[in-house]
Amino acid sequence: MVVQALAFYLFAAVVVASAMMVIAARNPVHSVLFLILAFFNSAGLFVLMGAEFLAMILVVVYVGAVAVLFLFVVMMLDVDVTQIKHGFLQYLPVGVLIGLILLIELAMVAGAWVAVPEAQSVAQIPFSPGGDVTNTQALGAVLYDRYVYLFQAAGLILLVAMIGAIVLTLRTREGVRKQSISDQISRRTEDSVEVKDVPSGGGV
Amino acid sequence: MLEIGLGHFLTVAAIVFTLGIFGIFLNRKNVIVILMSIELILLAVNINLVAFSTFLNDLVGQVFALFILTVAAAEAAIGLAILVVYFRNRGSIAVEDINMMKG
Repeated sequence: MVVQALAFYLFAAVVVASAMMVIAARNPVHSVLFLILAFFNSAGLFVLMGAEFLAMILVVVYVGAVAVLFLFVVMMLDVDVTQIKHGFLQYLPVGVLIGLILLIELAMVAGAWVAVPEAQSVAQIPFSPGGDVTNTQALGAVLYDRYVYLFQAAGLILLVAMIGAIVLTLRTREGVRKQSISDQISRRTEDSVEVKDVPSGGGV
Repeated sequence: MLEIGLGHFLTVAAIVFTLGIFGIFLNRKNVIVILMSIELILLAVNINLVAFSTFLNDLVGQVFALFILTVAAAEAAIGLAILVVYFRNRGSIAVEDINMMKG
């Protein structure tokens, strides 16, 4: 129990601290690296809660794909950091105000929230960690059975996002000589060879 | 204090969510950091869903966290693609310069 509590406080503290650094770091590259740290530690929180599969997915998807994507874009764009940070503190008061209001609201919600005793019995898919069925097995059984259409829709969303990103960033440059195979094989003799009847003794 | 319950996880999620909102206001000039703040907000939502899923012994919360993860990945890809195209056209990613569609 003590180990669990210590692990929770460690992970939670690192998550909060690195989330703070994400929004406060001067260099966007540092922001991305702190984002990766935050995701790693929230994967730790997920493991503490017994959601091992989601924890691993979080590491794979966020650290392996999204964060690297961010890092790529940050490094590819030649952003002038000092110019962006100019006027950094201009919006600080209104930001602090709205953040505080939101935090107070969330605290009030969390403080007044009570679970009715029947909540345990109305669970859609009851699952208690620690049985013979692992978290991954249970999740797979639900995902491919009851939520199969939503699962397919999620796949479609990813496909649309992939096509959209490719279409957005693909560009054909002007003035670049590239081999066009369809032009080459659709070329006919009549288009390219001109036969002239040259009289003997005269020029063309 | 040593008994970790639902409230502890909800507190962490609330703090991360607030930091994400705060980041949008603080970095009004940098679109990349705004996108990262949105990722933080989605992470906080996921922590909430998984916490409720665990403490109510209901697996549906984890399924929905998985779908949120999918949508967040798609959103990041599209957002960054738009950002790259925008930077190619304008040479800047300042939010204040994004006013070409203003009537």
